[in-house]
Amino acid sequence: MKYLLVLIIGIISGAAIFATGVAFNPFISSQGLSPLAVTDSQTVALTYSGVASDGIVFTNDGESRVSPHPEKVLQLWEASIRKTTASVKELRDGRGQVAGLGIKMSSLSEATRLFAGKAIVDSVWYVYLPGRGGMFIEQTENYWDFLRGIVIPAYRSSANTWQGSWIGNLTAGPGALGTAKVTGSSGEFNGLEMLAVESLAVRAWRSVGGSLAADGQLLIELPPEVTDDSSVDEDFVEDE
Amino acid sequence: MLKTFLIGILLGIAAAAGALYSLPVVDQHREVSLVTVAPNGGNQESFHANIPMDRIMVGTAGEKSGLPAGLEWPLDDVFAGISAELFKIRNARDVVIGVAARTVAKEEESDVIDWVLHLPARGTLFVNMAPDAQEGGHRIGRLRTGSNEFARLRGFVAERWVVDTSGEEDAPAGRIELLATYVGIAEPLE
Repeated sequence: MKYLLVLIIGIISGAAIFATGVAFNPFISSQGLSPLAVTDSQTVALTYSGVASDGIVFTNDGESRVSPHPEKVLQLWEASIRKTTASVKELRDGRGQVAGLGIKMSSLSEATRLFAGKAIVDSVWYVYLPGRGGMFIEQTENYWDFLRGIVIPAYRSSANTWQGSWIGNLTAGPGALGTAKVTGSSGEFNGLEMLAVESLAVRAWRSVGGSLAADGQLLIELPPEVTDDSSVDEDFVEDE
Repeated sequence: MLKTFLIGILLGIAAAAGALYSLPVVDQHREVSLVTVAPNGGNQESFHANIPMDRIMVGTAGEKSGLPAGLEWPLDDVFAGISAELFKIRNARDVVIGVAARTVAKEEESDVIDWVLHLPARGTLFVNMAPDAQEGGHRIGRLRTGSNEFARLRGFVAERWVVDTSGEEDAPAGRIELLATYVGIAEPLE
C-alpha cells in the first residue's frame, strides 16, 4: 500500500514535471521578427483595441473568460460554433484616425499541438476602408507565446492578473514566412494578392475578462505595383 | 521506496507525453456537408439564416443604435456609408454550422456588398456580390477566395430573401438563403 501511494505521488510529480517542461521548453522558439518588418514595399497599418468591450461587438459561447459585448448580444452556443468568436471593430490608421471597419471571426484549430508549441486559431478578417476598398484576410494564429508570456504568469500570480509589456506576432501562416494571405476585393485593392501580419501589444490581462489593456495591429504589405503607384493615400501608408 | 518514486516519475512523464501527443486538444464538432451535384457541373450547397432569430448584429449607417440592445454603432463620418450584419448560418437541415457577415458599403460608383461565411470545422468562404439585384429580387455573387476546405474552390453564390409561409406560431419572418455553386480550380496536368 505504501509503495502504491509513493508510485502515485511519483506519477503525479512526473506529469507536473512534464507540464512544466512543455510550458517552459527553451527549444520551442518564439516567432521572432515579423517578415513584414523588413519589407521594402509599402505597408498599410491598421490598429484596433485588443479589449473586447472596446469593440463594437464581441461574441462567443458566453461561458469563456471574455464576456460578450454588448451584454445582450446573441451567443454562439451551438455545438458547431461553440469554439468560435466573432468581433466587429473600428480600425484606425497610422495617425490614429478612424479608417474603417474590421470584422474578425476566429475558431480554435484542430491543428493545435501543445507538445510542439502550437496553440493554433484559424481566423479571418474582413476589412473595409471607405473610399478605398475591401479585403479579406485569412490566417492561422499561434497563441503559444501569448499563453507562455501572459496567461501562465497570470495564473501563477495570486490575483490571477498579469501586468507588463508583451508584444508579439500572432500570425503564423498560411504563408511560408508566417504571413497571412490577403485578397483585395474592391476599390484600389481589387484583384490584389497581399501579405499581412497581425500583432498584439498587451499591458494588462486578467484570468476573468481577458485583456484589460491591449492594442492590436494589422500590417498589410502592398504589392510592388501599388507601391510604385503614387495614388495610394499616404495616411494609410506606414513605410516605404 | 526511492526506486518506486523514480519509476512513478518516469511513468508520469510518459503518460503525460502520450496523452498530450495522442489526445486532441481541440475537437471541432462537424455536421455532415450537404453538397449536391449541380446538373450543369460543379457542386451546390445551401446555407440560410433565419430572420430574426439568427441575427447577431445589425449596424446601420447613420443610426447610433441597432441590434443587439446596447450596440453603439460608430457615428464617425467614415462609417456613414457602411452597414454590417452578423448572422448564425445554417445548413439545409436547419442546423447552425457557422457564422456569417454581410456588409454593404455605399461608394460613388456602386455599392460594395460582401459576404464572409465562416464554418469552423471546414473553412471560410468570401463572396463579392453584384451591386444590382437580378430579376426576381435575388443577387448573384462571385466566390472570390476561401480557406481550408474552400481554398481550391471558385464559383458563385446566389442570395435571396424567402418569406416564411408556414404560418407556424414560432416560425421566422423569413430567411436569407445563400446557394453556393462550387467549381474546382483547374490545375495543369503534370
